[in-house]
Amino acid sequence: MNNTIGQALLAAFLGKKRIIAETGAGQHGVATATVCARLGLECHVFMGASDVKRQSLNVFRMKLLGATVHAVESGTKTLKDAMNDAMRDWVANVDDTFYIIGTVAGPHPYPLLVRDFQSVIGRETRRQCLEKTGKLPDALVACVGGGSNAIGMFYPFLSDESVELYGVEAGGLGIETGQHAAPLCAGRPGVLHGNRTYLMEDENGQIAGTHSVSAGLDYPGVGPEHSWLKDIGRANYVSVTDDEALAGFRTLTRVEGIMPALETSHAVAYAQKLAAGMDKDQIVVINISGRGDKDIHTVAELDGIEI
Amino acid sequence: MSRIEGVLKSLKEQGRKALIPYITAGDPHPDQTVELMHTLAAAGADIIELGVPFSDPMADGPVIQLACERALKHGTSLRQVIGMVREFRKTDTKTPVVLMGYLNPMVAMGYREFADAAAQAGVDGVLTVDLPPEEADEVAPLFAERDLDPIFLLAPTTTDDRIRAIAEHSSGYVYYVSIKGVTGSASIDVDEVARKVAHVHELTALPVGVGFGIRDAKTAAAVGKVSDGVIVGSVLVNTIAEHQTDPAALNQALTDLLHPMREALDNQVT
Repeated sequence: MNNTIGQALLAAFLGKKRIIAETGAGQHGVATATVCARLGLECHVFMGASDVKRQSLNVFRMKLLGATVHAVESGTKTLKDAMNDAMRDWVANVDDTFYIIGTVAGPHPYPLLVRDFQSVIGRETRRQCLEKTGKLPDALVACVGGGSNAIGMFYPFLSDESVELYGVEAGGLGIETGQHAAPLCAGRPGVLHGNRTYLMEDENGQIAGTHSVSAGLDYPGVGPEHSWLKDIGRANYVSVTDDEALAGFRTLTRVEGIMPALETSHAVAYAQKLAAGMDKDQIVVINISGRGDKDIHTVAELDGIEI
Repeated sequence: MSRIEGVLKSLKEQGRKALIPYITAGDPHPDQTVELMHTLAAAGADIIELGVPFSDPMADGPVIQLACERALKHGTSLRQVIGMVREFRKTDTKTPVVLMGYLNPMVAMGYREFADAAAQAGVDGVLTVDLPPEEADEVAPLFAERDLDPIFLLAPTTTDDRIRAIAEHSSGYVYYVSIKGVTGSASIDVDEVARKVAHVHELTALPVGVGFGIRDAKTAAAVGKVSDGVIVGSVLVNTIAEHQTDPAALNQALTDLLHPMREALDNQVT
């Protein structure tokens, strides 16, 4: 909600009556629909047709909140196509419409806006960690699709050089298969959606299709600030596969009673690996960026269970 | 003088307006593009805008999105599109060709390599939808050295300061987007376009082409009256989609669409 509240207040300040948003897993769509309901703004959410199918719970939530959900049939029918259609809507309705982008990508000033609104995550983490443990964490772990939860977590720690930053991308079926969504691990710089960043693309500059078990990470680009953090070596970008993420999902659910989103489960899975090589008195913070209720159908289907 | 400048200057001297058709290269098949370009020229095109297909054409409506998908299914790459222009130039040295597309394929090819190949093939102008002029510093000198005209879009919402700044980065012509929206969307308000184009003319000496939403001879004539040229895209691309399995019918259908536009534009002679 951090980002959507900030942007919706900005929209209201600008006098815009109509809000559009793109969403992958539906988290950002639900957040936008929620704040629109609260502020009395008309809300249209663009969502790839294949994500509408795999995230039906969130689609229903958005509708309950009064939003219109547009299933996007073009291209690969996932998050990037939702973003394309949101931009197309925006240029046609720019007079009365504000576009609430859900990630730290997109044209300037969105990467900056979204980072600042999401930074409440890192600021609270930093303060709470100091209060409770008297020291800074040793490592932060967050999943990275577009990278908004991760940048929100990382940003207030950038100058704390003792704090290692780990962004976990979707390794899908494995980086070597090409079926993944890990532009920082396996992509190259290019331009998409108004920003220059690491992208998944073919040798001719066409944007590549992505694969991830989690719709929210299924994006071929990444926020440009993550690309910068990678290039200067301040943050580490790694990937975990669909299977590892699913194992992380189960572990956190069973051990802590917290059911994480499949996106978040990537961070959980990597944190387990990371922690295995650390001392007991060291601190790892995982950003539990989303809840897993919305993914129950996906997990059940993988287990061959019909709900 | 670039080929684009030359054509627009000569039209102006004759009191005529430019007819600028757009097609997507590689649609319906890469083997047909050069022939289609010749068809457009024979039907009265003064300049050809040749679309470079991209996987994520954010400024385009469904008609051109589908054209991109058809072209990409056959693997049409930027290098191949440049090759098509080279082929076209073997028999047509007078019709300027503008490549219209998105930035990433150019980034992937490398700016210098692209500029070299495009200029050698006989490309005259480059319109990159998602390259704002303030980000064009790297390519601008490469284009200028090779007489490639950089063409930028102006929108109904573009402010005066920005129109001036964009015009400063442009040569050949500026492309006025007649509506708020994507290609092929709502029909245009000719009076509104007339007001805005007249205003653009006050801010720049460059010719102004108007596109997005021009689909018939009547609109073309009305827009031609107030601008230096009309750009016609989606209605042609739609025709290509309808006749994708019949090349002969396709060439005829494109000719039948452009002829009345050409006539209507020329009857506007003042």
